[in-house]
Amino acid sequence: MLKELKPALWMVVWMTLLTGVFYPALVTGLAQLFFPHEASGSLLRSGEQIVGSSLIGQPFSDQQYFWGRPSATTPMPYNAASSGASNLGPLNPALAEAVQTRIAALKESDPSQMQPIPVDLVTSSASGLDPHISPDAALWQTPRVARARNLSVQEVLQLVQKHTEGRTFGILGEPRVNVLTLNLAMDRQIFKAHSNGD
Amino acid sequence: MTTNGILQLLCYFVVLLLLAWPLGGFIAKIYAPQLPQSFRWLVHLERGIYRLCGIRPQEEMSWTRYAHTVLIFNLLGLLAVYALQRLQAWLPINPQEMIGVPPDLSFNTAVSFASNTNWQAYGGETTLSYLTQMIGLTVQNFVSAATGMAVLAALMRGFTSREASGIGNFWVDMVRSTLYVLMPLSLVLALMLASQGVVQTFSPSQSIHLIQPVDYDSSAEKKTATEQVIAMGPAASQVAIKQLGTNGGGFFNINSAHPLENPTPLSNFMELLAILLIPAALCITFGKFVGDIRQGGAILAAMLIVFIGLLSVCVWSEQAGNPLFDRLGLATQASDQSPGGNMEGKESRFGIVNSTLWATATTAASNGSVNAMHDSFTPLGGLVPIWMMQLGEVIFGGVGSGLYGMIVFAIVGVFVAGLMIGRTPEYLGKKIEAFEMKMAAVAILTPCLTVLLGTAIAVVSEVGLAGIANPGIHGFSEILYAFSSAGNNNGSAFGGLSANTPFYNTLLGIAMLLARYWVIVPVLAIAGSLAAKKSIPPTAGTLPTHTPLFVILLIGTVIVVGALTFLPALALGPIVEHVQMIHGR
Repeated sequence: MLKELKPALWMVVWMTLLTGVFYPALVTGLAQLFFPHEASGSLLRSGEQIVGSSLIGQPFSDQQYFWGRPSATTPMPYNAASSGASNLGPLNPALAEAVQTRIAALKESDPSQMQPIPVDLVTSSASGLDPHISPDAALWQTPRVARARNLSVQEVLQLVQKHTEGRTFGILGEPRVNVLTLNLAMDRQIFKAHSNGD
Repeated sequence: MTTNGILQLLCYFVVLLLLAWPLGGFIAKIYAPQLPQSFRWLVHLERGIYRLCGIRPQEEMSWTRYAHTVLIFNLLGLLAVYALQRLQAWLPINPQEMIGVPPDLSFNTAVSFASNTNWQAYGGETTLSYLTQMIGLTVQNFVSAATGMAVLAALMRGFTSREASGIGNFWVDMVRSTLYVLMPLSLVLALMLASQGVVQTFSPSQSIHLIQPVDYDSSAEKKTATEQVIAMGPAASQVAIKQLGTNGGGFFNINSAHPLENPTPLSNFMELLAILLIPAALCITFGKFVGDIRQGGAILAAMLIVFIGLLSVCVWSEQAGNPLFDRLGLATQASDQSPGGNMEGKESRFGIVNSTLWATATTAASNGSVNAMHDSFTPLGGLVPIWMMQLGEVIFGGVGSGLYGMIVFAIVGVFVAGLMIGRTPEYLGKKIEAFEMKMAAVAILTPCLTVLLGTAIAVVSEVGLAGIANPGIHGFSEILYAFSSAGNNNGSAFGGLSANTPFYNTLLGIAMLLARYWVIVPVLAIAGSLAAKKSIPPTAGTLPTHTPLFVILLIGTVIVVGALTFLPALALGPIVEHVQMIHGR
């Protein structure tokens, strides 16, 4: 057995250099060369300032913003330094309680909305950082956001549609709305409306 | 299930088989003594490695020496990962200033990555430095996968060589698997993933001003957060090999559900393909290697049939969802505007179909990465991944390890058939005798025993029960899942279980060691014993092993062992929970 010790030691060293140093360095170099924006976190800029990542959701609870998926990260929701899920089992009373609380908050935000709430809007995401909601979940919130911003439902719907992504190649994944880019666009819209008014 | 759902699944299987076919043929060539001309340019690197390590590549190893070499190489890798974690605070490339990892967690993680399990008791972005992730975990991702492929190559040689004393050279098999298969595929996949938004950078975390500040409670204190800190790192390079090498350990805590680890439906599709690609291709490799492609085809068919069967249960159960959501008046129907179903612990971009396909694939293969939280699945949706692992990780299984596990089941299958017709069983021209059967029994029973004993110890000890997150039956399922995962080198979890305690870190660490090496050694013993035998030509009484009849026999063997061993445990967990759920408790 000892006969194999020396080659084994050297093999650990060379394999470490090959797969642990050379390989990640090569991938980093090539990725930063060809896809600098994507490989650096798909950061969104507004002028000089970084305002978020188009792939990482942010918490919203104001009437004038679309709300994203509930987040179970700790200590604060949408904590992108420590991703995490609720891991609540299907029969856990805590799940029923959490969902009921979210339903109540949504109904309070818009008592006139009589449509059933889409399930994804009251169930927490896997990562706690999900940037998307379903088109139905955006549609459900549209009247509230329009009212809070003094816009017509039609205007808000147009923006929602602009920030809706379909299935890749028409097949893969699920249609979805990016809540962060949509809310950023809503803020810009307000700004535009005001500057036009002035 | 929606038409689109069926289309997505079909699309997956077609592309998988189209890619596996040529790759399988390619891999068969690299285990032959002479490499084909087309890779001559990489040969210099390969020879250089042998020279630097003082290895004579032509030297044939006996099965005992082969096993010694596997064990000592894996042990050194394990020690290296352990030391790196303990010392990371004093080492470079640590921009987030991570402190040293405690001994029990370091042991667990080192075992986990050396044994190709990649169970994660730690949270990547909160525990490990970039250096530890790269030269510790990424390296083991490669070499533990290459170890599995090497053991498979040795077993295949057992069938093809006649009256031979050696079963190949471990160093050659391992280096070639890494150099010609794992590295090139990983490089391509990593770049494709980076193009989709998987991060690959050495920059530290990024701080951002939140658009709307958020109030939260922290240890009973009201606080307001105005900033969001986004963890970064060299993720793409590690994610690529984590999927291709059926490792599964994520760069980030929440694994492939994290938007920076798996940002789009396309990245999800590519990662899903990578999970089953090499295990499926190796079936073709096996067929080519033993000179009868139908032999590999029969095994692949058996794997596909079990896979599709269990996948259907998982998709159906998750789409049917949790009756609670219907009682609360939510919209749960699937459509082109909403995924519906049980969306707790699932991501919007993946919905139900891609989450369940992933859950089934990641537990069929011993991958263990997740893009949805299995703990929050419906009871039957969660039963599928548990049972997939308990079947012994042979439905595709780990790279190399899945197929050598399945070949062990095939040996048991022909033995059972031999008993029925009263003939000495044979497989691929080699007589299956008492020694092979004893070794096959050890290889099959060790993981079963590890799972059941481990679960039993945990549920009767206070420290074991303390880790449970969900009340009632589900708590038992969490423990059963953990030991099914560690005891079959899968690595996925019902994530609610608080497994980062000295008790679980130690016990699950031991389970992972048993499940890996108490299978590898008997498999190598079978290889050595078969290689020493004469090859006998098939006669009229030989059971052909490429027919639909054999496929049924093989599936039967796997299912009977898996059902007889685990049905009682499953009945206590997910099955009772399902009954409770449909009766509204």
